[in-house]
Parts: sequence; C-alpha cells; structure tokens
Amino acid sequence: MPERIRHAPLDLEKVKPAKMEIHLIKDECKGCGYCIEYCPKKVLEQSDEINARGVHPPRIVDESQCINCSFCSIVCPDFAIFVTEKKNKEEK
Amino acid sequence: MPKAKSALTGAHFLNGDIACAEGAIAAGCRFFAGYPITPATEIAEHLSMRMPEFGGIYIQMEDEIASMAAVIGASYSGLKAMTATSGPGFSLMQENIGLAVMTEAPCVIVDVMRGGPSTGQPTLPGQQDVMQAKWGSHGDYGIIALSPSSVQEMFDLTVEAFNLSETYRVPTLLMGDEIVGHMWEKVVIPPPDKIRIVNRKKPNVPREKYLPFKPDENLVPSMACFGEGFRFHATGLTHNEHGYPRTTSSEVQSQLVHRLVDKIQKNADKIVRVEEVMLEDADIVVVAYGIVARAGLSAIRKAREKGIKAGLLRLITLWPFPEKQVAKAAQSARAIVVPEMNCGQMVREVERAAKETPVAFLSKLGEDPHTPLEILEVIRRSK
Amino acid sequence: MVQENVPPVILHPFSKYLREDMMPHIWCQGCGNGVLLNAFVHALDELQTDLDKLVVVSGIGCIGRSAGYMNTDSFHTTHGRALPFATGVKLANPELEVVVISGDGDLFAIGGNHFIHAARRNIGIKVLCANNLNYGMTGGQQGPTTPLDSVTTTSMYGNIEHPFNLVHLAAASGATYVARWTSLHVRRLTQSIKKMLQKEGFCFIEMLSPCPEIYGRYNKMRSGLEMMGWFKKASVVENFSDPSKADITADRIVVGEFVDINKLSYEKMLHEKISKINEKAMEKVS
Repeated sequence: MPERIRHAPLDLEKVKPAKMEIHLIKDECKGCGYCIEYCPKKVLEQSDEINARGVHPPRIVDESQCINCSFCSIVCPDFAIFVTEKKNKEEK
Repeated sequence: MPKAKSALTGAHFLNGDIACAEGAIAAGCRFFAGYPITPATEIAEHLSMRMPEFGGIYIQMEDEIASMAAVIGASYSGLKAMTATSGPGFSLMQENIGLAVMTEAPCVIVDVMRGGPSTGQPTLPGQQDVMQAKWGSHGDYGIIALSPSSVQEMFDLTVEAFNLSETYRVPTLLMGDEIVGHMWEKVVIPPPDKIRIVNRKKPNVPREKYLPFKPDENLVPSMACFGEGFRFHATGLTHNEHGYPRTTSSEVQSQLVHRLVDKIQKNADKIVRVEEVMLEDADIVVVAYGIVARAGLSAIRKAREKGIKAGLLRLITLWPFPEKQVAKAAQSARAIVVPEMNCGQMVREVERAAKETPVAFLSKLGEDPHTPLEILEVIRRSK
Repeated sequence: MVQENVPPVILHPFSKYLREDMMPHIWCQGCGNGVLLNAFVHALDELQTDLDKLVVVSGIGCIGRSAGYMNTDSFHTTHGRALPFATGVKLANPELEVVVISGDGDLFAIGGNHFIHAARRNIGIKVLCANNLNYGMTGGQQGPTTPLDSVTTTSMYGNIEHPFNLVHLAAASGATYVARWTSLHVRRLTQSIKKMLQKEGFCFIEMLSPCPEIYGRYNKMRSGLEMMGWFKKASVVENFSDPSKADITADRIVVGEFVDINKLSYEKMLHEKISKINEKAMEKVS
C-alpha cells in the first residue's frame, strides 16, 4: 500500500472553497431518496413535510458541507434539485 | 442540379418500373429506401443508379418496415421520399403507413401488385391489394391511391402522387400491377420546366407561434422540417395541435381523426381523376382501372361496332373513390360492368355508388388480364 | 387549502432543454428514465450543443416519452422503428445530430433487426438505451434483457429465457462506441454521453435503469433505493474488458466503456460517393 502524503492545498490562503447553495423544487420531488442516500457529505435528509405529490421531499441539514459534487443534480429523476455557487455578494 | 438533358427529357422506350423511377426523380424525389421484391425490384435498381446522379439518396434497408420508417424520417428532414414494393411488402408497411398518416408525412409508396394472397405469384399480375390500399392500416384515416394503366402513366402518376402527397401531407399510393410495371412502351418525358411540381406548405409564422398540427382552411397543417429551429414534436399517439400526446381526451381524438379523414374526403373534388370514354350516351358502362382498363377500352369499341352503346369510366384515382363520377355514369346507364383481377374489391364501391343500377362483376386471376372479348361478352349479357 | 406565503417558482437551470408545458413527466418514483434524461441534458449543456440541430427520436415504452419532453425537434415513432426512422433523418440531413432514446424492448425485441443493421452500417446515430429489464409501459412483461429466473407478469414461474448481453451485441454488430453504466454512475454516464456526441459513427450507451414499481417489486427490490443498492453492491468498472463477458447478475454488473474505435460513418461514405457521382453526371451534360 503506497503511503499517502496529505497536506493542505498550497494556495489555501489565497483561494477560498466556494460556498454552495442547494435549491429544492419541492413540489417536483417524487420522494425517491436518491439525493439523500448518495450525497457524499450527507447534506440532505428526508423532511417531515408533505409536498404536492404526497411524499416527503428532502431537507437541507447543513448547506455549508456541500462540496458541489453535483451528484444530486444529475441523479434526480425529476429535476427537483440543483446546486449553484453562492456569489460573493449576498444573493437570494 | 444536373441540367435538363440528364433528366431524360424526350421520348424513350421504357418499362413501367423504370418510368416510375424517372417520374420520381422528375418530381423532385431525392430519397428512396426500399427492399427488393418482384415485380418492383427494378424501381430500386434503377434508382440506386440514378439517385446519386441527382445528389439524391438511395438506401436499401433491411426490410420493408424499415424502408417505410426511413421514408418518413427523410420526409420529416425535408426531402421528398419514396419506397416501392409489392403485396407482401405492402402488408409489412401498413403499420408505418399508419404512422405517416398520423404524423401527416408526405411520401409516396408504390405497390406493383402481384398475385396474392401471401407469397402468391410474384411474377404475375393482380389487383388484389386495392382495398388494402384504403383499409390496410388499423384505425380510421384518409389516403390517396392512384392507378396507372400504361407506362406513360407510371411516369405521370408518380409525379402526380408526389404533388398530391405534398399538398395534402398524406402518404400517396401508386397501385400499379406487374404488367404495367414490366411492360415496355413509349414514354414522353417533358422538359423539367414543363412538369408541374408542388412542394409542401412551409410555416409562415415565427418559431414561437408555430403549431405543427394546426390545420389551414384546406384542413392541412403547414410543415416545418427538422433542423429549421422550429423544435416541434410529432408522435404516432393521438395528439393536439402542439403535437403533444393527448391519450385520454375524447375531444382531441374526435377532432384529429375526423380531420385526417375529412382532409381527403372533403378535398375529394380536387383530388379525384377519371377518364371518361364515350360515356355521354352509354347504356352499358365499363368501370375499370389499371391494366384491365385497356382491355375495357378495346371491349367498348368492339361493342360500339356491334351497335351496343358502351362507354368506359376509367378510375385513375382509386381512393378517395370517385363516387360522384360513378353515380353520374350509373344514372344514365342501364348496367355497369366491373372487370377486376381479384375476387371483387372496387366493385363493392361501384355498387355502393351506382345504387339501383345493376352491376356485373367479372373476376380474373392469373397471368393475363381480361381479354376484350371476355369483357364484351359480359357487356352483351348485361344489355 | 391555499397557502398564504407562496414561495417564488424556482426555475431549474436546465428547463430550457425541456418542454416545460409537458412536465412533469409520467415516470414513477425512482424511475431511471429521469436520470438518463438528466444526464443527457447535463452532457448537452457541457457541450453547449446547438439545440436547433438536435433531433431526438424515441420508440414506444416509458422511455419513449423522452422525445416529448426534450425541447428540440423530436419524433415518437412506432414500436421498434426509431432506428430506421432516425436513419432516414440522418441521411437526409447529415448536419443534424440524431439521438435515439429508447428502451430494451423497443430496441432489441421488436427493433432488434433494425439495431444490428444500423450498427452494421455505422450510421452516425447516437443511441441511449434505458435497460430496465422488462416491458415497463405495458405493465412489466418479460423482455429480451430480463435476467434468468426473474419474475415478470408473463414469467410468473421464473424467466427461462437467456437475456441478451446488449454491449456484446452492439460491439459485435459494429458500433464504434459502446458503454454500459447504471443510473448510479451518473457522472461517468454524462461523460460517456459527451464522448458519444463528439464521435463519428454508430454509438451505443446502455444505462441499467431501476424500474422499482414493476420489475423491482416483482423481484424483491421494492424501492428505487433497493435497486440502486443492487447497482452499488454489484457494479464493477472494467473498462475495455471483453464485452461478451460483461454479465449482469445479482452479484456482478460489469460496467464501463467497452468499445471506442474509429470507423468511417455510413453517411460520410454515402455523401462522398454521391458528390462524386453527381459531379460526373453534371460534367456529362455540360
């Protein structure tokens, strides 16, 4: 097993990791659970609310943990979730 | 575009299949997809050589079903497209002919009829597919079918078939038979500028407003084609004017299917063509089409020599059925004689249109069409 | 009950690729068809494909509805005939990008003959196959890719027909690009689709798709998550391994790219030939 050398990125002072914003189009969700199950950072969980389709859409647990892998965006069969990068200025 | 000369302008000695192929080229057909089948193979063979000369595409598909599908695809991509087959292939194509009707794709299908049913007699003539031309695919719809009775008509009616299909956005059938397809006769091909060509109506609205299945006053929608930026959807499912499937609406179904039927029926006066010979004072009218009509012509002339006032009503359009013309001829006639190379198909339509006038049917199957004397005998008996 | 504070309607960034007036789609909870469409749309976005030149053709089946959801020129053909229709489209206008999105039954049962010939001819059609192991639209009958012993509505005693190995079939028929992924491998699927769209010749991507409502329910995987769990447990990526050995079993799903070759496409050969013949014919008359 090769030794893994880990160190912090050399430009960590200069470049800040992006902050992501997760958008849920709740009423499009059919409750399949793929985004919740396969998020590498477990950013989502099933909510208790019921949407227009009668299922529980996901709920964001901790948006700051999102690493923009975009898995949830691509895997969602219903186009009900997508992730964007938060701009520096405050943007809704 | 190659010049007039290579469009075979002038008088030629051709067989029916080749004349049909040349008619297609003259009409502007630039896509042929087919599968070899006796007695239509020569159309494919001839077009495989001639199409590329005009920059057109010939492809031999793996079967007739694929051929018909490819024809619709090419039509939707903007080309005038055609396929040619005989009985067994015609049966295979029916589902996709239905698709062409439903998606209103202009295209021409040539059926050089042979002895049926099933594999039948590939090298002998027949007229057994004429009812199938109207009713072959499932569902209710309108369709146009033409019947050539000479090699010249194999050329002329192919051009007409393309014009009709483009005008009415409907698959148009050319119902030839093995004799008309394989016999050699003189054909006169006019110069390209003297041949009437009709192209499909293009949309005259901006892209956002385009509704692919919204009919104009003549019940025919304008047609955009793929790649022009109209981004439309077409489906074989029952659809609304947007082209979107509406599989649970009775209203949409009723509107769409009635329009597909009416599109042809209500425009029948503009579509139907017949040839009337000595009908004005005829007591006995022979109603015939295709190769049989030529024997019929000879028969009525012989009848006239014998003092019988006979006339010929040759059906050039089989569908929509020339009801008015048959009814008119039947009104002043004492009897009608219908010779067909089948067991009684168009005769049913004739009986329906002729109402009270008695109709005699003469069937003949096999190698030869009716002889003039055979038809004359029936004329005499009907007198 | 009317909500007082109605939140603003959020527009998905890819809604321009979809016909918003046709959405939401008819597919079930957890159906892989939506995943395939999503990956396809992601690939189109990354490539900035000209949507005016894209034609989507689909066959009959649940996945067949895709053509109706794409905001491009699209056509929904009769069962099994998407490929010959697409052939006519592509040959008539080779500038068009023609993508066939269809299912395992449509492409390989009724459409089987058309598939092998289109691949053999190497027509530049790109095929996306959602393989959900049964005939979903009609209620879950067995199909040519249903695994042995599976229960379906027409094999209630267990399927005794050996299934096709689609990547093997595509490779053997002459496709220039062949890949298989599952609806779990969304990023690799997107990259494969991108690759396919930039390649010449006949390309085929199979996406194993969960059909939890029918196939899954009859075969002890009642939810999409359980079917995806099977994909996760059993998938192994074996790029460029022998496609004839690319099995799909309960314990092993071989995914990856299997073929990536260069072969002159049919439409290129055809149009070159036509140009030459056309030129010669013009010379003769001038």
